Amino acid sequence: MSILGTRVVRTEDPRLLTVGGTYVDDLRVPELENAAQVTFVRSPLAHARITGIDTSEARDEPGVVAVLTSRDLGEAAEAPEHAEAAEPEHVASDEELASSGEGGPGAIGGPFTEPTLAGDRVRFVGDAVAMVLTDGRYQGEDVAELVSVDYEPLPAVVGTEAALAGDTLLFPPAGTNVAATGGADAFDDSIFEGCEAVVEQTIVNQRVAPVPLEGRAAAAVWRDGKLTVWTSTQNAQIARATLADALKLEPAAIRVIAPDVGGGFGAKIGIDREVVAVARAAMRTGRPTRWVETRTENLVAMTHGRDQVQHIKIGGTRDGRVLAYRLGIDQDTGAYPRLGGFLPTLTSLMAVGAYDIPRAETAYRVLVTNTTPIAAYRGAGRPEATAAIERAIDLFAAEIGMDPAEVRRRNLVPPDKFPFKTASGAEYDTGRYAEALDTVLEAAGYADLRTEQARRRESNDPVQLGIGLSTYVEITAADATAGETARLAVHDDGSATVYTGSSAHGQGHRTAWAMLVQSELGIPMEQVTVVHGDTDLIPEGIGTYGSRSLQIGGSAVHKAAIEVKEEARRLAAEMLEASEDDLVLDTDSGQWQVRGDPAARLSWGQVAGHAGGDGLVASVEFKGDHATFPFGAHLAVVEVDTETGKVRYVRHVTVDDAGPVLNPVLAEGQRHGGIAQGAAQALLEEVRYDADGNPVTSNLADYAAITATELPSFELVTMETPTTLNPLGVKGIGEAGTIGATPAAQNAVVDAVAHLGIRHIDMPTTPERVWTAIMEAQKARGQ
Amino acid sequence: MKVTVTVNGTEVGAEVEDRMLLVHFLRDAAGLTATNVGCDTTSCGACTVLLDGESVKSCTVLAAQADGSEVTTVEGLSDANGEMHPVQRAFRQEHGLQCGFCTPGMVMAIVSLLRENPQPTEEQVRAGLEGNLCRCTGYHNIVKAALAAAGTDAG
Repeated sequence: MSILGTRVVRTEDPRLLTVGGTYVDDLRVPELENAAQVTFVRSPLAHARITGIDTSEARDEPGVVAVLTSRDLGEAAEAPEHAEAAEPEHVASDEELASSGEGGPGAIGGPFTEPTLAGDRVRFVGDAVAMVLTDGRYQGEDVAELVSVDYEPLPAVVGTEAALAGDTLLFPPAGTNVAATGGADAFDDSIFEGCEAVVEQTIVNQRVAPVPLEGRAAAAVWRDGKLTVWTSTQNAQIARATLADALKLEPAAIRVIAPDVGGGFGAKIGIDREVVAVARAAMRTGRPTRWVETRTENLVAMTHGRDQVQHIKIGGTRDGRVLAYRLGIDQDTGAYPRLGGFLPTLTSLMAVGAYDIPRAETAYRVLVTNTTPIAAYRGAGRPEATAAIERAIDLFAAEIGMDPAEVRRRNLVPPDKFPFKTASGAEYDTGRYAEALDTVLEAAGYADLRTEQARRRESNDPVQLGIGLSTYVEITAADATAGETARLAVHDDGSATVYTGSSAHGQGHRTAWAMLVQSELGIPMEQVTVVHGDTDLIPEGIGTYGSRSLQIGGSAVHKAAIEVKEEARRLAAEMLEASEDDLVLDTDSGQWQVRGDPAARLSWGQVAGHAGGDGLVASVEFKGDHATFPFGAHLAVVEVDTETGKVRYVRHVTVDDAGPVLNPVLAEGQRHGGIAQGAAQALLEEVRYDADGNPVTSNLADYAAITATELPSFELVTMETPTTLNPLGVKGIGEAGTIGATPAAQNAVVDAVAHLGIRHIDMPTTPERVWTAIMEAQKARGQ
Repeated sequence: MKVTVTVNGTEVGAEVEDRMLLVHFLRDAAGLTATNVGCDTTSCGACTVLLDGESVKSCTVLAAQADGSEVTTVEGLSDANGEMHPVQRAFRQEHGLQCGFCTPGMVMAIVSLLRENPQPTEEQVRAGLEGNLCRCTGYHNIVKAALAAAGTDAG
């Protein structure tokens, strides 16, 4: 029996549970023994001109290795090995730094290019201005205080409206705060012709912080013309390419190692400019460097996610058929348009969700503001799309007075219409959307929940019940054609090693990939070593994001196993002097046998020992033709105390269909984590700034990262609809939770108070917001 | 100043800065890096260890305060034969960890919780873990692991 689909506990865990992982700060390798601690000097102002930096006092402190500013790093391209850092300094202009900049993956660049360290202008609180290298850990914090920066404050641009007003520009040479636009040039109201009911709403998909428990970190050694960088990244190979570009080095001169990575959630795609600076500092000073950010630093300077203002309009017939949908997006991308500029394209693509809506239009604007840059966060553009359409469907249902489950059922793409091309331009592969909805309603006991809700409404119970739905579809492996690499070697002791371009940060790739090898070759997974995140061993690869790993990286491992098997068949036939056609691999025992001759058998070790040259090995790349579209239905139940506005999150029931499940243990873990992060956005979490652009949620005492006490245990229901787009039939599961759960939880809160005349409450649905909505509704009713 | 702490049964002495935090003493002086630093406001619990049998956040204790004390970290939980502690085993069995960064602190917090309350309800486990953040698991399987370990010889 194949191991695939069975519950297998992780091979990663014994080490993590007994001696702990080896994250960047834990590295005790000899090369880093003498590493200088890097501390960044960061801007305390949201927007200012830098008129001077005086590092002399800091530099004179004992134990200070170097104090570096943009000027020093701008010249780092020709880094001498043991350069003195004490040169006359002045502030480099942005223009001078334009070519030295590195915005990370997906940066818009051009006039919006981001310097490695700030030049003559800072653009958000937390913008890195200088870096201090010290012998000691605590000393760095002290010395950073001694770097004196002269700031001339500028008005801060906070929020999309201020960005659009354009009174203050972040990048004057660009002439605008609009970094990109897309979609319809002008909206066309004729798409709503024939609609009996039309609803419009402006909704805020608020800014949230990814908060991986390990923040960003990097260490670098520059020795004999080779740069080695250890960094906490989801993509070692992309990190290497970024470094090569920024440092003007050949990729082969750089080794990037992603050791254990303590969570990423999209915010560790590639590397940020701090990592470039850490590498440059090592090249410049000849001293190994290490930087491990503090949580406060993480909350102001690691990218945030979401932050869209969405203008939605939905229309249809009074019997529940949606005919037209419009989504206008203002994407706040923060101070520098990195991947944030790309997010609204995914939001637009997925705008109509799981529904067969005949007419749709989208348009977006990407706006720079004096806040922390925005990039990917679990879902990256798709949760924003789902939140908008799922709110829209509920608003439409309320407008026509129909049960939101029934409105969904009447509009979901029917199973016989796949592959289905949507009005917003996506092509969905496979799906059973209505079945997912009915399954979740059944599992949750929907009718009983509605009865209980009616009872509480009737009795005017101060604690009201809310039931929220979302029927979602998402796009995974959107860059399927970029592919992924795998190299599989079988050794003469019968063990195997997988080198994968797909690098995990908690997902359990080592377990999953070993299962794939065992399933195909019969080599027990305990004897399969999986290596990832080291560009010397795996120069080519993409890494982990966008729920691509199993379908692309796993398919590559599967493909490599098949190639190894075919080569082994040839070798075994030669060894046993039998026809290749007569050789059979028993995947239970891992033995090669000749059909009809039980005595003629070979182990994997024997076959591998017979291989010449490089041994029994296959190097492959798997490329997908097309993205896949997992789907599902989420139902959240909340209680709302109408006297205080407090929400209690009671139940969360989900159906998430991402095709056949390789290991339910891992897939459920992905779903759980995503649901919690989604519900956290709906109910609690928000990164906030004051009017001057000062962050007011810059540590974990102020940022409401969700805890165990605010969550229920989750109720998961399985559904598996394979795709034909890869040999494993699988789609991605990593982001289903944030995409499906967020609107379900938000809709549940609104539903709990809908009978009071409330149609919408923006996320997060804090007690203050809910209470205010109740008060306003009362006022409107003249009570 | 000189600080001596018995860490997982072994005496560790070191000359340290007055302001050194216990977590850095464990990581740098004792060389035990499982205990992680996840925040700077005593909010996340990644650094949870047992100090003279009580769970503390070692980022909020000075090494000097621990002078003469006994500290247990996750590295000290397995028995003499290298068998994992019941809480560690339950974490593996129930998939109570993903990236592993919060795990050492989370495990120590649950060891402490179960010593105080060997048969907690789900609600009590959740309340007991309020000071420990995990970003990967949604706590679902951590709570399951704690409940699974309860009633074994977890204390």
